[in-house]
Amino acid sequence: MAADETGDEAAGGTATSGPRAGFAPWSNPNARPLLRLEGIGKKFGDIAAVEQLSLDIHEGEFFALLGPSGCGKTTLLRLLAGFEQPNEGRILLDGEDIAGVPPHRRPVNMMFQSYALFPHLTVAGNVAFGLRQEALPREEIDARVNAMLALVKLDGLGARKPHQLSGGQRQRVALARALVKRPRVFLLDEPLAALDRKLREETRFELMELQRKLGLTFIIVTHDQEEAMILASRIGVMDRGRLVQVATPPEIYEQPNSRWVADFIGDVNLIEGQLASAGPEAAIVSFGAGRLRAAQAVDAPLGAVVWLALRPEKVRIAAAASPEPSENACSGRIVEIGYLGDVSIYKVKLDSGLIMKAAVANLARQVLRPFSVGDPVALSWPADAGVVLTQ
Amino acid sequence: MSKALRRDARRRAWNVRAVILLPALWLAVFFLVPFLIVLKISLSQTVIAQPPYIPVLDLAAGWQGVKDFVAGLSPESYGLLGSDDLYYTSYLRSLSIAAFSVAILLVIGYPMAYGISRAPRRVQAILVLAVILPFLTAFLIRIYAWINILQRDGLLNKVLLTLGLVHEPPIWLSTDTAIYIGIVYSYLPFMVLPLYASLEKMDGALLEAAADLGCPWWKSFWLVTVPLSLPGVMAGVLLCFIPIVGEFVVPDLLGGSDALMIGQTLWTEFFLNKDWPVASAVAVALLLLLIVPIVIYQHLQVRALANDPGKAGL
Ligand SMILES: Nc1ncnc2c1ncn2[C@@H]1O[C@H](COP(=O)(O)OP(=O)(O)OP(=O)(O)O)[C@@H](O)[C@H]1O
Ligand SMILES: [Mg+2]
Repeated sequence: MAADETGDEAAGGTATSGPRAGFAPWSNPNARPLLRLEGIGKKFGDIAAVEQLSLDIHEGEFFALLGPSGCGKTTLLRLLAGFEQPNEGRILLDGEDIAGVPPHRRPVNMMFQSYALFPHLTVAGNVAFGLRQEALPREEIDARVNAMLALVKLDGLGARKPHQLSGGQRQRVALARALVKRPRVFLLDEPLAALDRKLREETRFELMELQRKLGLTFIIVTHDQEEAMILASRIGVMDRGRLVQVATPPEIYEQPNSRWVADFIGDVNLIEGQLASAGPEAAIVSFGAGRLRAAQAVDAPLGAVVWLALRPEKVRIAAAASPEPSENACSGRIVEIGYLGDVSIYKVKLDSGLIMKAAVANLARQVLRPFSVGDPVALSWPADAGVVLTQ
Repeated sequence: MSKALRRDARRRAWNVRAVILLPALWLAVFFLVPFLIVLKISLSQTVIAQPPYIPVLDLAAGWQGVKDFVAGLSPESYGLLGSDDLYYTSYLRSLSIAAFSVAILLVIGYPMAYGISRAPRRVQAILVLAVILPFLTAFLIRIYAWINILQRDGLLNKVLLTLGLVHEPPIWLSTDTAIYIGIVYSYLPFMVLPLYASLEKMDGALLEAAADLGCPWWKSFWLVTVPLSLPGVMAGVLLCFIPIVGEFVVPDLLGGSDALMIGQTLWTEFFLNKDWPVASAVAVALLLLLIVPIVIYQHLQVRALANDPGKAGL
């Protein structure tokens, strides 16, 4: 279904978000997922590393698992690769339960966080290792190894040993060694974590290009949210062994389903209030003296405690206007300014004591900013800027 | 400033030299000098006297004494080594016993080392201790204990008879089998420890990677574990092979008297025949024979250091 994209010459530069336009098999209820996890759980002693986890992954997806350290991302990959057995639940690949299939017979390959290159084999020997296990003819192995080395831009280095390579080159060998097997599902455990920032950014785009060229299904583990946003067609956010939200990068960012996700992905202002009215297209949250309007339906009883999540870049900042307007606005004083070059973050202490952040793009090349610490300012935002969260 | 730097560098060079000096001195005093003495004796002739060889270096006679001494040296004893096939056969016997023992040691030691390296951390420490525990009793005593076990009404035969495996008690002592039992028993720790050291530091992720790439575990043992443990295999093999070739106690106490290992031949020449020059020639020849594997070992060590994967973070 997605494999006919192979010839696509995707230029790395245009990718503002990972997925191809119109590629959304997960929203088609009739599409059969390539990989289906049904309520899987894995315990190490008393610790539940993965709990009650269900997920469908479709052919050709670039799926990112995102979560804080220790939330079970590696464990989930190891369950898929077959190095761990789930205590409960089923893993279906192409509709078949692969519980009893040992790692060496799963059509799944993993790129290890430590790369785990064989130190006694050359680069070419490492890449050929997996193909040799399939007892392919020698010419075919050589041809595929060479093609793969060229694809990851390692041609000419085939005779080196891993310890004679740079960190970035070793990363490519690890990539090539797994990809040359043409896995049904390719698992990458923090593949870019060991690279420096510049190399990491370059490699991201190369990874996307590789995935499109080969038309394979990638599951990548990362705790770098920027990486997940750029690469993935969908992101699964994990917390303490559970999947808390699965959605496309824009959905995760703009419509987080809980305060935890909103806070984990990017920066956010959370304003606590009571649900004052809820219609099909608008909700009003009362907050101290003010009223906050959000252009959305909210599924909660009136009077319930809810939170308005508001990204700092959606908050407008202006010199204090005299009588403050009652909706989606509040006033306070600037207590801190963080200058980041492209944007400045203003921390504003509201009269109620709450600290709000507003990010303003520095559009003009002036050294003096329009506001300084201590200035009274008014904050405001449109009704469609915030999202009301009930948990 | 550059002068100060150079002085610093020179001082550092001297420090390095001083560090090397100590082991070099040790080697000179306890290896090179004794070797030169043995070499000198091997070039002398036997006499019934004290010491039992001539020429004796007479430094009191000055330069003339040195000249007389040098003129008196001759490689006659080495000629004897070539002419009598007693020496030749006992060299061969030593080499073949050593080679065969090392093969047995490898077959027994590798699974042991592998098992220890796969055990849980705390158990590993106990098992390693168990391997070196025999060193706490004297080597000779342990070999005497084997005499007890292997004799006609010894423990081994009692067990075999009780189990009904044999009807007549077989003879063990004074056979090659007894030599092999003694040697394998004595040298097992020297095989197991270097093997364990190299197996233990192997990264478990490599085996997972092999499995992930389609390799069943028994195959990844041959394709990954064994190649990565080769330095340990080499160390174990040489650590055992070299001293086994010169082994004297085990064949003397457990073996028969019809065929001798080179260590026994040397002992016979020295203590029974009182032929110091021939005994010394045997020793020198043995050393030359063993230098080859020692040099190989040295070479591998250097290469292992140069290839240190720790540097590459693998
Ligand atoms: N072999 C194991 N034995 C016992 N506990 C384990 C084992 N492997 C993982 N755990 C525990 O399971 C939990 C999840 O670990 P996991 O390695 O999956 O986290 P992660 O999300 O990959 O974290 P990180 O981002 O730091 O790599 C952790 O609490 C960890 O301590
Ligand atoms: Mg991890």
